Amino acid sequence: MASTQLVQDPYNIIITGVGGQGNVVASRVLANMLVKRGYYVTIGETFGASQRGGSVMSHLRVSARSSWSPQIPRGRVDVVIALEPTEGIRVLKDYGNPQVTILSNTRAIRPVSVIAGEQDYPSMEEIRSSAQELASGAWFIDATDEAVKLGNPILGNIIMLGALSGLGVLPLEKEDFKEAILKSVPQDKLDVNLKAYDIGRQMIKEKEDSAGN
Amino acid sequence: MEGKMSYLIDNTEGAQYLLMGNEAIARGALEAGVKVVCGYPGTPSSDIIESLAKIAKDMNIYVEWSTNEKVAMEVAAAGSFAGVRSMCVMKQNGVNVASDFLLHLAGSGTRAGMVLVPCDDPGALSSANEGESRFFARLVEIPLLEPGDFQEAKDMIKWAFELSEEIRNLVMVRSVTRMSHASGNVKFGKLPPGDVRAVFKCDGFILDPMEGAVMSLPVTYKHAQQQEKIKKARAIFEDCPFNTYHGPEKPEFLIITSSACNLYSREAIGILGVEDRVGLLKLGTTWPLPPELLKRHLSRTDKILIVEEVLPFLEENVKILAAETAPEIGIKTFHGKNDGTIPAVGELNPDLVVGALAHIVGIDYKPVPDEYAEKAEGVASSRAPARELTFCPGCPHRASFWSIHNALQLDGRKGFVCGDIGCYGMATLPCGFSTLKTLHAMGSGGGIASGFGKLGRLGFDQPVLAACGDSTFFHAAIPALVNAVHHNSDFTLVVLDNSGTAMTGFQPHPGLKVNALGEEVTSVDLAGICRAMGARVEIRDPFDIEETQKTLNELIEDKGGLKVLILRQICALSPEKKAGKKYDITIDDEICLGENCGCNKVCTRVFRCPGLAWDKEKMVTRVDDVICTGCGVCADICPAGAIERKEVA
Repeated sequence: MASTQLVQDPYNIIITGVGGQGNVVASRVLANMLVKRGYYVTIGETFGASQRGGSVMSHLRVSARSSWSPQIPRGRVDVVIALEPTEGIRVLKDYGNPQVTILSNTRAIRPVSVIAGEQDYPSMEEIRSSAQELASGAWFIDATDEAVKLGNPILGNIIMLGALSGLGVLPLEKEDFKEAILKSVPQDKLDVNLKAYDIGRQMIKEKEDSAGN
Repeated sequence: MEGKMSYLIDNTEGAQYLLMGNEAIARGALEAGVKVVCGYPGTPSSDIIESLAKIAKDMNIYVEWSTNEKVAMEVAAAGSFAGVRSMCVMKQNGVNVASDFLLHLAGSGTRAGMVLVPCDDPGALSSANEGESRFFARLVEIPLLEPGDFQEAKDMIKWAFELSEEIRNLVMVRSVTRMSHASGNVKFGKLPPGDVRAVFKCDGFILDPMEGAVMSLPVTYKHAQQQEKIKKARAIFEDCPFNTYHGPEKPEFLIITSSACNLYSREAIGILGVEDRVGLLKLGTTWPLPPELLKRHLSRTDKILIVEEVLPFLEENVKILAAETAPEIGIKTFHGKNDGTIPAVGELNPDLVVGALAHIVGIDYKPVPDEYAEKAEGVASSRAPARELTFCPGCPHRASFWSIHNALQLDGRKGFVCGDIGCYGMATLPCGFSTLKTLHAMGSGGGIASGFGKLGRLGFDQPVLAACGDSTFFHAAIPALVNAVHHNSDFTLVVLDNSGTAMTGFQPHPGLKVNALGEEVTSVDLAGICRAMGARVEIRDPFDIEETQKTLNELIEDKGGLKVLILRQICALSPEKKAGKKYDITIDDEICLGENCGCNKVCTRVFRCPGLAWDKEKMVTRVDDVICTGCGVCADICPAGAIERKEVA
């Protein structure tokens, strides 16, 4: 039924971040885009109490064959989208493998223990080198900074989705994004979301160009 | 959560949508022509009622957030008695609340189809317990179904309504968090025509099930009838389409499973590549078990693994059947919860099932090379600092517990707070200054405080407080307060009134002027109820820290029985609050002395709002403008006056 072949079936995606970053909307929109292309998508997410200040994760399984367990087995993620950089590192501990790709926002949300000065938050350089050590591909973009320029930091999640489309690992079409995002936001927010999606996609393209690809 | 819900009422047969399990359950109810739906909010169940509330007017159905689960089940039962299909929805421990009526309803029987949907929370991802609703089905003798994927979550609900009418009794369809809150593709069926008329026929012969009195009396007569109904359900289950087997004719091992564990088991078999050695029997009808079907599958092999969450419910029932039929099917070896093959507590996942299956089939499985696993473990432990749970930035609870904690410190007699169920349960943790010292069921804070408040004659002299939210107040706190007033128990109840059932997503409750359908309704005056009971009642804004603490100390000193302090401030996540900041917050670097101040950075070290951060290099506090919601409370807790708030123009 699906229109394109996946590099893996199921293709496993984790979107991670901290409660309040738009993790759930991002996973819904991405999944709806892929359902539109004829795939089965299974999403498992962390809701409820863990939303409040805790780490949150959405697991997406994309398949041409069937629904899958809403939890990805250990070591089986194909791409990690980290709305918060240290959350991406945390996800790799359980779900990473030497072939994984990580796409990470650079904007830190410090845990309360760091705010209180009891724990250190790693530098971006440390985070970058950790990601490079554990992943076959690591991409870092200033999604929240760009989102703030668009007027709302929450748009960081959409910029990250645009960036994922730029990686070209999944059949993500802008027209499908438009349809899917309208299930989550009112019509008057459509334009700014489309803009955010384009910005993310562009950011990855620029990085690919500068990397000489 | 979603901007539009109209897809739930798409009447295109065969249309395919990505649905959350809870939405699939809602759609199934619509396809069954449900007319009355009630429940009380509780993760992971709430989205079912929310989805249906949004389209209630389009479909002419009555949807209600009831005061508590027992009332919800009673309201839904009225629908069934009046000849229209009804459903009630709740989280696992909600069934405990409803259980007294449940027992009697199962005895009286129902008329139009009635389905109870409890959503259990294995692993307590969003609960203070990992209770099991399935045992209630056995206890009160009603049929139990468990969907094994998203499509079934929809299809099974419709089937359950038909079963309920076939046997004229309530049917339970049990979901779990990983089914309710997961999403998958679901293919739609048709929506039925909507014309039904509600009539309660009650002037027939008293024992006539369709036109007499609806009651569980005479008990043994009705109980015998009820047992005939459950036998009929068991016979129907023999050919139920939701019981499926995949695997070889004679496997070495047979997995018996249900619910989300079906997906884990299927994946585990695939990961280990043992499709030719292991069979998978997925049961959709888990009580009563259909004996002939079970006998047939148990005869395939002698080695059985049972995979389920949380308690060994299926395991025990299968074992009873296996014992009874042992002369025919032979002696079996069972693996599962009882022998420790499957963990006894917490939720399962594909890895735990892989581990259990690998163990019994004798395969050594490693998900990633050891070298990678060690490296990832090391990196994560040094580069991904742990995140403790905390209240949201701008949450009124942080301010409320700051004042409660300080008032108790000032009082100095080792006072404490009896907690309750809601976001504020986190006040057992440092984010609420570890103020809550007991935490149990909905409304239990008031009941326990009522008990502590009577221990004076036994030498007890600590001040006692209880804290509950506005929704919890109506749900279960009122009887405890009546008890306290009547017995002159001395304590102070703090009602954390944030204008909604915040933890589960702002569902309305009786204290508000709006209902689930968005209609304007009569609000019940929380303060008025407390005053009418004879309690002293004060109302404050928790963001006014000075006044709140002063009032608390006054109330703690007042020995006049029950005192109630209502701390009223809207939840920081409410749409109203999210619309804009009240204050811009800035730090005056000249005034902030940080570690050298007498307060030793009390704002970040103790108050711990995520909107603040300690700048180690400059040695001053910073405000994170992306996170700060501008509530302005931190300006009042800074003893040096270094935090400044300016009203946003």
